[in-house]
Amino acid sequence: MIAVLRPLLTLLGLLLLWQGIVWLFALPPYILPAPHRVALALVEHAGLLFREATVTVAEMLLGLLFGTLLGASAALGLLVSAVARRWLLPLLVASQAVPVFALAPLLVLWFGFGMASKIMMAMLVIFFPVAMALYDGLRRTEAGWLDLAHVMTADLPQHRLRILRHIRLMAALPAFASGLKIAAAVAPIGAVIGEWVGASAGLGFRMMQANARVQTDLMFAALIVLAVCAIALYAGVDAITRRLLRWQPDSHASLLADKNS
Amino acid sequence: MPVDSLSPVAPNPPAFRLEGTGFAYGRHAVLAPFAFDLGTTETVAILGTSGCGKSTLLRLLAGLLPGIHSPWADKAAWMAQQDLLLPWLSLLENVLLGARLRGEPPDTARARNLLARLGLADRANALPAALSGGMRQRTALARTLMEDRPLVLMDEPFSALDAITRIAIQDLACGLLADRAVVLVTHDPAEACRLADRIFVLTGQPAGLQQIAALSGPRPRDPLDPALLPILRSIHGALKLAAGVA
Repeated sequence: MIAVLRPLLTLLGLLLLWQGIVWLFALPPYILPAPHRVALALVEHAGLLFREATVTVAEMLLGLLFGTLLGASAALGLLVSAVARRWLLPLLVASQAVPVFALAPLLVLWFGFGMASKIMMAMLVIFFPVAMALYDGLRRTEAGWLDLAHVMTADLPQHRLRILRHIRLMAALPAFASGLKIAAAVAPIGAVIGEWVGASAGLGFRMMQANARVQTDLMFAALIVLAVCAIALYAGVDAITRRLLRWQPDSHASLLADKNS
Repeated sequence: MPVDSLSPVAPNPPAFRLEGTGFAYGRHAVLAPFAFDLGTTETVAILGTSGCGKSTLLRLLAGLLPGIHSPWADKAAWMAQQDLLLPWLSLLENVLLGARLRGEPPDTARARNLLARLGLADRANALPAALSGGMRQRTALARTLMEDRPLVLMDEPFSALDAITRIAIQDLACGLLADRAVVLVTHDPAEACRLADRIFVLTGQPAGLQQIAALSGPRPRDPLDPALLPILRSIHGALKLAAGVA
């Protein structure tokens, strides 16, 4: 019971703090609107916010899908090809030195004001954590398992793909799951940055519009919807990876779990 | 000093002539050239101090050393000190791993039968994490037998188990491996005396094989049999000599 109440109590505490700051500093609504004003804006603009949210969520999901596919392909390419390791790996690492946000205007220029440029943006931020996490996981297969597979298949080349699939890939799943969770956490950043730079729809676009018109309450409402979408995305990915990794004993969960609840 | 004790080796047609040209890690020669015959149903134990090269010898036979082709690799099954069970597969799926990796249809009935003979019939669908160390190593034994190869290479397969569990699994393994040729690498002289037909000690730098004893009679032997005492003594002598603490 207390486990259900705890996040609600935390939320209530944060709302009280927010209200307290508004009162204490007597802030005008266009600087920091009180919680009830934001709640009113949420209700008033519910339809609009829902439409914008569907755009942003679609961008996040498609970015996550394509970014993960691209990242996983790169990881597999790095694993099987020494040429890829020599040429692609330094390029990958160097590419992360370029701030992806600086590329946003270019992406909008090349891919237009529609969803494509935002999906590209999300892909760019998702690709790297997925590729690196999976590549690391694929390289760290327990040596004994590979020895065993080596003897079982007499090291015949026609069986190597099955060793990759049944042992290396499965053993890399926990690392891949970590990469995927980071990707889920950064996907909203990619989509919203893309929308800030140039868009005609989406929560990020609506926030910029509201900001320009000093509709600070609407801006906060859009921010809350965005946060809820981002948390839902993360929770969804977390649930899927947990399901895939049911075999993995989760020692951390028992550390965090409260024995009294 | 080789000690021929008890009676000569029981007649046993040699099935394998296991030999190697030695092995070096870089400039450091680990293993001298070696050769020995192994009967179709014979168990040979190889003893040695830690780091003497006995695992290297077994890996050489299994084709696990880089750049060295082993002509026995496709006739051998491998069992290591760790159970090497894949944590995402059930016991049954782990026992069937070889077929899965070779793309062969799985012989589920035989796998279940093997698990049953090792007392794991009701755990066939459990994940390895839910089992004790002894049960996991019994599953590893079932997986080794499932491979159905004439030569079984065992690298200290029982050394991570407690004494009582170890004796129980030694008995099981001895019965189930009776019709195969076995090379058992171990650091435990008592285990060698219980399970082996012939006992070698790996000594020297680089390490070479020295036959210590040839034993007869049914296996597994009673570890408290006084007739084994002189053999244990000569193994200890050879091992101490090898370790330089004579």
